Amino acid sequence: MLEVIVFATLNGLVTGLLLFMLASGLTLIFSMMGVLNFAHASFYMLGAYFAYSISQKLGFWAGLIVAPLLVGTLGALVERYALRRVHAHGHVAELVFTFGLAFLIEEAVQFFWGADTKNYRSPDLLDFPLFTLFGQDFSAYRGFMITISVAIFIVLYYVLTRSRIGIIIQAAITHPHTVSNLGHNVPLIFMAVFGVGTALAGVAGVIAGPVLTTFPGMAIVLGSIVFVIVVIGGLGSLGGAFVASLMIGLLQSYAIASNLGVPDLLNLLGLEFSKDHPLNDLWTLTLPQIAPVLPFLLLVLVLTFRPTGLAGKREE
Amino acid sequence: MKTIHRSITLRLLIAGLSLSASSATLAQEPVRIAFIDPLSGTFAAIGNSGLKQLQYAADELFNSKGGVLGGRMIEIVPLDNKQSPTDTQIQFRRAVSEGLRIIFQGNSSAVANALNSTISRHNRRNPGQEILQINYSAVDPILTNEQCSFWHFRFDAHAVMKLNVLTDYIAMNSGIKKIYIIGQDYSFGQVVSDTSIELLREKRPDIEIVGNEFHPIGQVKDFTPYVTKIASSDADAVITGNFGADMVSLARSIIDSGLDIPIYTFYAAYDGITATLGADGVGKIYLVHNDAGNPLPTEERLAYTRNFKRLNPNNDMTQFRITNALQMLVQAMETSQSADPYDIALALEEMRFTNMSGEELWMRGDDHQIIQPLHISVHTDQNIVMDADNSGFGLYRDFSVPGDETVVDHSCRMRRPRR
Repeated sequence: MLEVIVFATLNGLVTGLLLFMLASGLTLIFSMMGVLNFAHASFYMLGAYFAYSISQKLGFWAGLIVAPLLVGTLGALVERYALRRVHAHGHVAELVFTFGLAFLIEEAVQFFWGADTKNYRSPDLLDFPLFTLFGQDFSAYRGFMITISVAIFIVLYYVLTRSRIGIIIQAAITHPHTVSNLGHNVPLIFMAVFGVGTALAGVAGVIAGPVLTTFPGMAIVLGSIVFVIVVIGGLGSLGGAFVASLMIGLLQSYAIASNLGVPDLLNLLGLEFSKDHPLNDLWTLTLPQIAPVLPFLLLVLVLTFRPTGLAGKREE
Repeated sequence: MKTIHRSITLRLLIAGLSLSASSATLAQEPVRIAFIDPLSGTFAAIGNSGLKQLQYAADELFNSKGGVLGGRMIEIVPLDNKQSPTDTQIQFRRAVSEGLRIIFQGNSSAVANALNSTISRHNRRNPGQEILQINYSAVDPILTNEQCSFWHFRFDAHAVMKLNVLTDYIAMNSGIKKIYIIGQDYSFGQVVSDTSIELLREKRPDIEIVGNEFHPIGQVKDFTPYVTKIASSDADAVITGNFGADMVSLARSIIDSGLDIPIYTFYAAYDGITATLGADGVGKIYLVHNDAGNPLPTEERLAYTRNFKRLNPNNDMTQFRITNALQMLVQAMETSQSADPYDIALALEEMRFTNMSGEELWMRGDDHQIIQPLHISVHTDQNIVMDADNSGFGLYRDFSVPGDETVVDHSCRMRRPRR
């Protein structure tokens, strides 16, 4: 039992921190532009594919540096030459634009790299078990994933709260016109934030690709979950996104690890249903079976009872 | 001036010649076959690979040798259904309006089921205009049992037949005492789970099922939490019906966690999966399928597969049953001297056919299920002649069961049309 709890916690941390890398960029973009970037997870996928191609030629570490830069540049260009124009037509237009962009990127990925799974590997340097607990390995690569994610959180938090750039960004979120009047180039800040946000998604893709497999559906699998995190964490709150990411990572991991289900509940209540009951599927439902859907349940609950999210400030 | 004149006359002459040539082929109208499978979207890789194999079989075996039925060419008409039952209906209508009478389809049992009922209804309402369904891959047992149809023929072994062989193989391994079953939460995953438990209880009552897990299709980001459960259950082996990315992620997570146990699968090869598993999967991934794998059983088969690889360097001959299906279809046309679905169906029933691998195939007339030898292969890089994904790794045959031992009873009560 103990081993299950320990490993479920570790797995939850890895997933949670990975989700945070995506959510941090998304929540920054969301709070600045007021629009959900539907293509955010697509940039994550691009990160993985760029890194895969680079790693074929120059190895994993080159990919880790170059791929996020490429993705970030691409993101900045998208903001500068497309999203900024669309911005003039309001939020709905922006939403539809990013929605279309997500499809476009997915098709482009299939066009250039094909529809099959790519053999994107973690570096040989990290190809050893970091420690073995209860006969199960915890790979060094996963430890590396945790380290990178935590480092990014610390740097991001420091920059946003302690540095001058951070103060300007925070001000631009709430009072863009005042910041502009003070002589700061707000559109440039927007572009930079979009670029950095997508680059963060790119980093997530680079380090997640080898573990979560690199294939054209990887954006869809992760995309919806990231929105859930941003909403649960509270719009525009980095701390909220961090807590929500870990919460969802751990929630899923524990749900899968548990063996609880409706049958246990029925046993507790002393009820029993025959196998031919029309609702048999419901009576035999287990927690692991619905684990991937739990975040969405949480989303519905949060939106119903606390629409601002855990740490959201805005309430309009 | 003179030369120009001459060239014009020459051209006219050539034009006239080609005109008469084309009217000759017009008289020999091609046999047109619809291929309805995903050619775009998430599952495009598998659909396109199947299309290439069917096109190759048609060109290589028949069109280059003067066609079928005394000179008629086989024309494959690809129709993209994006693996959705809705799009399949649209493409079926299109096939009907273009006068196509034979449909090849394989991917997804949901699509095959939908197509099966659509064709049955169509054929009931349009006597004389019937459509024939050649199912080369959908393995839901229902298609040759409760939902069986005179117009449907299956050229792959269904899930229960494959599991029968797989559990035989597992039963022989006395070292296996505990088995963990994990699968996608839909009809095929459920069939795999229920049937394995039932068959293992019969064959090896001492084996304990230490886990029986379902997860949503294509929703799981990270399989490590599942692997933690597998590890803590002390399982000696894993059975899974997963396909695509769910298969790769699961296998990778199991291998990465240092668990050294065999994984028994259905779809753990080709289309990037073999390359991704690579050296880590050697000797761990077992696969039950209808193809003989390596070493290729006959010279003819080897040459045929090599030539396909030469023409399609980025594809593999992943579904040899497509060739089987086309060859048997053509043989049915030749014996009945007709391209009419009713005549073909009658000729296909009870047909016995020796395929290119030297295997005996039998199309059982009662339920239109093919009976063929089944094999269990292992993922390895030893003695691999034809590899997968150009990776150097491939499938090596470890265990074979002759066709008559794969026979499973059916509950089909076929309604035969009268003519």
